[in-house]
Amino acid sequence: MRKDSDVPYTADAPQRPSAEELRARIPGWGADLDPADRPSVPREQFLPTGAHWTLPEDQRPQPGQAERERSIEHGRLTPVYGTSVPLRGLSGVIRRHAYRRYSEARAAHWLLLLGADRVDAVESHLASLLTTRPDNPITQTGIQSELGQGPLRSRFGQHRADSSHHVIDPVLIAGPWVLAGGAAYGALKLLRRRAADRR
Amino acid sequence: MRAMVYRGPYKIRVEEKPKPRVEHPNDAIIRVVMGAVCGSDLHLYHGMMPDTRVGTTFGHEFIGVVDEVGPSVQNLKPGDRVMVPFNVFCGSCYFCARGLYGNCHNVNANATAAGGMYGYSHTAGGYDGGQAEYVRVPFADVGPMVIPDWLDDEDAVMLTDALPTGYFGAQLGSIAEGDAVVVLGAGPVGLFAARSAWLMGAGRVIVVDHLDYRLEMARTFAHAETVNFAEHDDVVVHLKRTTDHLGADVVIDAVGAEADGNFLQHVTAAKLKLQGGSPIALNWAIDAVRKGGTVSVMGAYGPMFSAVKFGDAFNKGLTLRMNQCPVRRQWPRLLEHIQAGHFKPNDIVTHRIPLEHVGEAYHLFSAKLDNIVKPLIVMDPA
Ligand SMILES: [Zn+2]
Ligand SMILES: [Zn+2]
Repeated sequence: MRKDSDVPYTADAPQRPSAEELRARIPGWGADLDPADRPSVPREQFLPTGAHWTLPEDQRPQPGQAERERSIEHGRLTPVYGTSVPLRGLSGVIRRHAYRRYSEARAAHWLLLLGADRVDAVESHLASLLTTRPDNPITQTGIQSELGQGPLRSRFGQHRADSSHHVIDPVLIAGPWVLAGGAAYGALKLLRRRAADRR
Repeated sequence: MRAMVYRGPYKIRVEEKPKPRVEHPNDAIIRVVMGAVCGSDLHLYHGMMPDTRVGTTFGHEFIGVVDEVGPSVQNLKPGDRVMVPFNVFCGSCYFCARGLYGNCHNVNANATAAGGMYGYSHTAGGYDGGQAEYVRVPFADVGPMVIPDWLDDEDAVMLTDALPTGYFGAQLGSIAEGDAVVVLGAGPVGLFAARSAWLMGAGRVIVVDHLDYRLEMARTFAHAETVNFAEHDDVVVHLKRTTDHLGADVVIDAVGAEADGNFLQHVTAAKLKLQGGSPIALNWAIDAVRKGGTVSVMGAYGPMFSAVKFGDAFNKGLTLRMNQCPVRRQWPRLLEHIQAGHFKPNDIVTHRIPLEHVGEAYHLFSAKLDNIVKPLIVMDPA
């Protein structure tokens, strides 16, 4: 550690290596030295893009989709949009409400969307149990990739990057299974009670 | 076709999905040859990004072969080998006409703040991504570019996001000759930002992370000085000491929303989703930069508010610059740098994983196991 008197609280700029030194040590040093000759300068300028339209044509609507959700901050539906996963189920109802009611400026917009994401995960998990390919908590978390990586050793006494997640990960991953189990149990109980009532 | 599919937080699988169709006259369908998992894909994987729907395919870093083109496509034909920028953009709107390709107004119905991105939730437009056998690429005459013969496939994949984003981060730092540049985060973007800072004339480049194997790469690939923040009680004090108690001229945040280093921030943001992102790195950047200096933000943050130390940024007279990288703007110059041998982009690639094992790639990357820096997703030859 240096002494107080070594710290230069003066107008002098700190000493840095010379350009020759740096050029010798680092391939390409200073190739983009001129601030005016960098690809993003000037910041906003027209460059040819290959677009041969002034406004893109509208994309064909997705079959079966009544209305594409959009931010109310938009003046119109954008000419092109993604068609990855249309709104569906209870999560779809929540998402539609978030888009119709709240702008991007409102926390409610984002909190509803995040809430709908959690609902979607549970809904989709339950639905998967009715298919030939139910969710598989082992293969889908990729945890088998830890074989040979010291799955236990790395979690104790070492600095592992994801250790701060470990507290809550079981909830995120096991949560839908617990909820699904609960729902199945409830449904069974209901069926049994109905059967008993009928007798 | 086979595609990676999101099943909920921390859960993905590979499943059979319908092959994408041409939905707009300027669409192309690309058969993917190689892709990559990006650090920002982990925000989706962890369920942090609002409106990430179960069934979505991730992946905004990919190259491939044109399989089919819409009737208005003029610049590409089936069989062309192309690289595709992570931005979906129209090339003609107010923002595209000003070179702001990451901020296109015509491609994201779901949000006006964000542009369009492949495989990056409905908040980024609801496009499926390239961790699949095929992908729909809108505005084929605008975004993709035929890969030059001399360029390696793996280098081309690096050009779809990580390299241009790191390079752009250094540009937004407005580096002047001799500047001390601190880069927070030694992931792919941080490594490329550190390497690019030298091209712009930096006098010192210091990379901060807590993973020693990544800091090693910062020393070898990026020729940088390194700081392991886990070894310091207060990394900001350490950075001040090494920069003559003035602070760095430029700090680049290449970490973003899921920074470790402060438990409260991490839990409220990454776990409870109460913030748009935990701004630990951004706050360190604000503290570690000198008065009148520039903070360049390349790490991804979500659309919710974050607890940023704005008062310090004001009192210090900082310039804060950030954006989604307009990838196509960077390509001509970056191709020159690669051809001149200034660096080899795929030097940072550590893993090449087949699509069928994509779940393991996410887990390794998320837990930072097996000294992972950059995983590629490779397709079986068709
Ligand atoms: Zn990326
Ligand atoms: Zn546009």
